[in-house]
Amino acid sequence: MTALLEVNGLSVEFDLKDGTVSRVINDLNFSLTAGQTLGIVGESGCGKSMTALAIMGLVPMPPGRVADGVIALAGEDLLGASESRRREVRGNDVSMIFQEPMTSLNPVYTIGDQIGETVRLHQGLSRRDARERAVDMLRAVSIPAPEKRVDEYPHQLSGGMRQRVMIAMALACQPQVLIADEPTTALDVTVQAQIFDLLKELQEQTSSAIILITHDMGAIAEMAQRVVVMYAGRKVEEALVDEMLTNPKHPYTRGLIACVPHLEAKPSEERKVLTEIPGVVPSVAELGRGGCPFAPRCAEAMDRCHDEMPPEIIAAHDHKVACWMHVMAP
Amino acid sequence: MMISDKPARPDKQVAIQVERPWLEAWNMFKKNRAAVAGLIILSSIIMISLLGPLAFPADPFAGAGPLLSPPGERGFLLGTDQQGRDILVGLLYGSQSTLMVGAAAAAITITIGILVGALAGYYRGWVEEVLLRITEFFQVLPPLLLAMVVVLLFSPSIVTISLAIGIVSWTSTARLVRAEFLRIRELDFVKAERAIGSRNARIIWTIILPNAAPPLIVSAALSVGVAILFEAGLAFLQLSDPNVMSWGYLISVNRPQILEAWWPVTFPGLAIFITVLSVSLIGDGLNDAFNPKLRQR
Repeated sequence: MTALLEVNGLSVEFDLKDGTVSRVINDLNFSLTAGQTLGIVGESGCGKSMTALAIMGLVPMPPGRVADGVIALAGEDLLGASESRRREVRGNDVSMIFQEPMTSLNPVYTIGDQIGETVRLHQGLSRRDARERAVDMLRAVSIPAPEKRVDEYPHQLSGGMRQRVMIAMALACQPQVLIADEPTTALDVTVQAQIFDLLKELQEQTSSAIILITHDMGAIAEMAQRVVVMYAGRKVEEALVDEMLTNPKHPYTRGLIACVPHLEAKPSEERKVLTEIPGVVPSVAELGRGGCPFAPRCAEAMDRCHDEMPPEIIAAHDHKVACWMHVMAP
Repeated sequence: MMISDKPARPDKQVAIQVERPWLEAWNMFKKNRAAVAGLIILSSIIMISLLGPLAFPADPFAGAGPLLSPPGERGFLLGTDQQGRDILVGLLYGSQSTLMVGAAAAAITITIGILVGALAGYYRGWVEEVLLRITEFFQVLPPLLLAMVVVLLFSPSIVTISLAIGIVSWTSTARLVRAEFLRIRELDFVKAERAIGSRNARIIWTIILPNAAPPLIVSAALSVGVAILFEAGLAFLQLSDPNVMSWGYLISVNRPQILEAWWPVTFPGLAIFITVLSVSLIGDGLNDAFNPKLRQR
């Protein structure tokens, strides 16, 4: 299958206050096909959300800029496209769901207006048709009594309902790619499961590709087919989800998986100690030194890790990793 | 009759969740007794200014009786001034120009303030720098002197006086709007709006501005009161349209006789006082209506 969205050698730079330049995304490559869900995992500050903004063309400029790379949607180069073309793409071909459903809806307009606005903007629908589409979308995201809800304001809805409305907004134009930036982080666990089911169901109907950005390995196991693990603006590992969960290669990936608590089948079974990854993600100012950025926190770091950046190698079938541990000695 | 399967709708008194934000605001406004009184007073003043001249068709500048006749005597309810003009007729006709200047000047204040504040707060960078320096330039000039200069450059008329007041008083509105834009532009729904492909103009005027409306409405109401006071002040300094009756003009021409006759200055002064007070009370009520912290009470 040919790739629907291709990200190749993407680098995003930010000008810092002291005049230095920091690369918050460094030489990132991935691609996804229609109907596929790609998970991007990493801690806060790893460049996950910035990747999403770069695909949307919403990197705050200045101080940020896309320094290098190609982002191609169905073969069309987006980074070289004009601003008006990018606006056409945004919301219509690529749309995005944000983390905070409580603040992502405009409090002064009804939810029907906000869903309908997207289709009016991109497909030139009349006010009445847009309203009908809004009702249809609300029904599609399983909101009860959509004809009545369409005229309500965001403050009248619960968090889960609002995230459904956000999804309805994002999918109103049937985009080819949906970027979900931690769509369930702010929601209850039960509501999380509902939202994931809803996303999967809608994906089957529309065959949209989804990029799911999260730090939750559980969410990845549930939703994604492919996983990219990011650390400090770089891809450290990429594999299919089963391979990644059963056979993680990078120490960082292993750490992320070990962080997820497991419920044991029997209470008598000995519970594993929940591990943590010591330290924090380096700040943007600390990036750009030589060596693997994870080395200071890595239990298995060797001398080489502190001096040289590991290349990306193929560790197993369709499984890439950037770590010196897996590089054969010459 | 059949029994409805829906639970009986509680009376309108116990509406806990209100359907529309504007209705909610109106309910909060109604709770402020003083603001409702202000609204009634201002509405009455506007009605009187519209109907009064029809009820008393007269030239407010023409002498109607003896000079400086005290109130209540010879059929002059509020007395006459030093040229024998009926004070009541003067007040009725003067109310029109006073209210008109108040509204027009407030409109100019708000318009300039929104334009400057919105562009500065949304675009940031050099746009903000330039607009803020211009705002500061206007802030450091003494407003009354600047307004006098503007009025004197052109001939005093309702239009030039409104313009002059608007030009000297937009700065605080601009700063308020800029602050609101700085806050709202970072909110998630503005990001979401960009993510669906909206243009900047759309985001500024239909997304951020309505969300900045509550403090802006309060400030607009208060600037009406300020404009009315300003107009009276300019008229007191003889800077008013000589062909249009106004309250400030009445005070100004009758000031020399204030020790012999108190009424020609007192009644127009009271009129200004009551009007500005009612506008302030309304502004206070609007503040209650739109201040989310008070809404939970």
